[in-house]
Amino acid sequence: MGGGIVGASIAFGLARSGERVVLLDEGDIAFRASRGNFALVWVQSKGLALPPYAAWTQQSAAEWHELARILLDETGIDVAHSQPGGFTLCLSQKEVDARLNKLKQFHNLPGVAQFPYEILDHDEVKRRLPDIGNKVVGAVYSPLDGHANPLLLMRSLHNYLTIKGAEYRPAHAVDSIQTEADGFRLKGSWGEIRTAKLILAAGLGNARLAPMVGLEAPVKPSRGQLIVTEKTTPFLHNPMVTIRQTNEGGILIGDSKEEAGFENVTGTGVLSVMADRAMQMFPRLRHLNVVRTWSALRVMSPDGFPIYDQTNSGPPAFVTSCHSGITLAGVHAITLGPALSQTSRLPEILTAFTPKRFHVPAHQ
Amino acid sequence: MFRPISKRLSQSDDQSGARGDQTLEFTFDGRRMFGRAGDSLAVSLLANGVEAFRETPVSGAKRGPYCLMGVCFDCLVVVDGVGNRQACLTPLQQNMVVETQHGARNVDSLEKTGQ
Repeated sequence: MGGGIVGASIAFGLARSGERVVLLDEGDIAFRASRGNFALVWVQSKGLALPPYAAWTQQSAAEWHELARILLDETGIDVAHSQPGGFTLCLSQKEVDARLNKLKQFHNLPGVAQFPYEILDHDEVKRRLPDIGNKVVGAVYSPLDGHANPLLLMRSLHNYLTIKGAEYRPAHAVDSIQTEADGFRLKGSWGEIRTAKLILAAGLGNARLAPMVGLEAPVKPSRGQLIVTEKTTPFLHNPMVTIRQTNEGGILIGDSKEEAGFENVTGTGVLSVMADRAMQMFPRLRHLNVVRTWSALRVMSPDGFPIYDQTNSGPPAFVTSCHSGITLAGVHAITLGPALSQTSRLPEILTAFTPKRFHVPAHQ
Repeated sequence: MFRPISKRLSQSDDQSGARGDQTLEFTFDGRRMFGRAGDSLAVSLLANGVEAFRETPVSGAKRGPYCLMGVCFDCLVVVDGVGNRQACLTPLQQNMVVETQHGARNVDSLEKTGQ
């Protein structure tokens, strides 16, 4: 359930493993982070307080290459995936120090999946990115970071599913799920369907749906606002965490976070701060016209990390919720989907992502 | 419901006593053209038989005005050296130098002159 990037990525893995897949989706007016996101495949800031998340993310960045290759071969769509390395630009020493401290703490943890990164001063950033402004104090760089085109990814995944015989059913919002001896019965205004195995990848809808099968996914919307400029000649070959140039030439500016309920609107307050910071980072952006602004809702858990869980008795049901559906598309498609097909269990690493963690009282 | 923008302007101008119907000269890719004061640049180019205003950055396909109301960004041209101007939202001016927008806008020249 869920026809966005997360649902379609997992369905890719299932279909590739030979499963008969039916993908139920809402209609065009669904809140769809898959259409509104910033489209980074981002490693350097993920899981600094939860090592398995860092490992899972790194695995995904690695498996993205295979996903992109298969999508190109099978659907003829180049989803513009590249991994040239990404920068987090800092506009004050305080920002540099904060990043550095987090990274050091992480790398001191026992057994973490170390990833390569560099802390760069202004001169070194300027050498690598000649267009940066004088106010850039430094940056964190990781060669593992990349980006893709999310709209092409969405289309390509769905084309792949069609080619593999999977059924996509839009306007199939589910009202109720009944657990039966050998599967689940899903009902909506469109009718009903039975399945032996159920995967919830319904984004914010998981909060309502997971309890119907005895699971939980206490996710809430976190609004992100985005700006896109007119298309301009390529000058930014690496993605920044807040600025990237798309394969088609537009400059995307993003990364705001607000708790604003289900209001996917924009406001000049946040947008002007984003634009101002972007122009400090790359002064040449001041010449460009903004052609659109929009907002989308991240699927955010209480601690910001993904949720993966499964039923331990009765027919198998799974829930997957994350706010990094693009980054995790690689591992969802190449590893998670096939695992759910072949073993009907989540891979061992995902036990760290059970929502039971939210019931443990905080100590320290 | 529909009438030339220039007529509407000239009517209101009658009251204010400002400009009336006036012919303006401009160039498109070096070709001399004429238009009417009060018309948009997009309309002026169309009236001179120009259909392709730009070539897209992605495929290089030729494009011309579609919505004529500032939404579609298909009528982009270079106006007096500034790229990606929406011709439908740009009033025609005397001696405008207009050029085809080839692909994505390049701001290198602006960056060099420190504008």
